[in-house]
Amino acid sequence: MLIITPRLIEVMIAQARKEHPYETCGIIAGVEGSNKPKRLIPMQNVAQSRTFFQFDSKQQLQVWREMTARGEEPIVIYHSHTDSAAYPSREDVLYASEPQAHYLIISTTNTHSDSVRSFRIVNGTVTEERIKQVAEQEAALTMRLEMV
Amino acid sequence: MAITVNIPTILRPLTDNQRRVELSGATVQDIIENLEQQHTGIKEKLLADGQVHQFINIYVNDDDIRFSDGLATAVKEGDSVTILPSVAGG
Ligand SMILES: [Zn+2]
Repeated sequence: MLIITPRLIEVMIAQARKEHPYETCGIIAGVEGSNKPKRLIPMQNVAQSRTFFQFDSKQQLQVWREMTARGEEPIVIYHSHTDSAAYPSREDVLYASEPQAHYLIISTTNTHSDSVRSFRIVNGTVTEERIKQVAEQEAALTMRLEMV
Repeated sequence: MAITVNIPTILRPLTDNQRRVELSGATVQDIIENLEQQHTGIKEKLLADGQVHQFINIYVNDDDIRFSDGLATAVKEGDSVTILPSVAGG
């Protein structure tokens, strides 16, 4: 299950709509091992495509270094689908390389109602998970209860 | 003589969970060969048909080797080599 604030979801949807019809992408960093997404970083899609996204390699290095320096890791890796459902494509599965991350997909088509979905992608296996939106203070409490 | 190689999360199972490995070599190619000597199986994750895989980024210090000399890019003592799988999809 992905526990995230409604505010972060809103920001991702807004970015996806703004960049439509091109695919948008980015990450939400959080303290390593915390499983709590905190710091949203929009990334440049160098592919500038309706059917593909790829992080800019220079920007990715900077962002990854910054996370290492702050003791963070990518908790959420998100991108949009601008003409298909919010379900991982073959390439999404093939290139997924952060087994601890929640892969979040936002669909900006009008025909797919479930527009934000989250998945784990580990060794080529896709598992959908529930997204639980909770305000900041509540999020910490839910995390504690889950650990009991 | 040491060059620091930063290993991404997904490849750490191959480096006994080490985030950094110290190696020597004159080019990125040497570094990959030496990495393979110590941590068998890592080379095939980085290269395909003798070329860096399209969705693997390798940097020497701040520079992506795609935009310099690829595997022939020179490295020297004190340099850091960073391997990052490119975040991409469809
Ligand atoms: Zn996708």
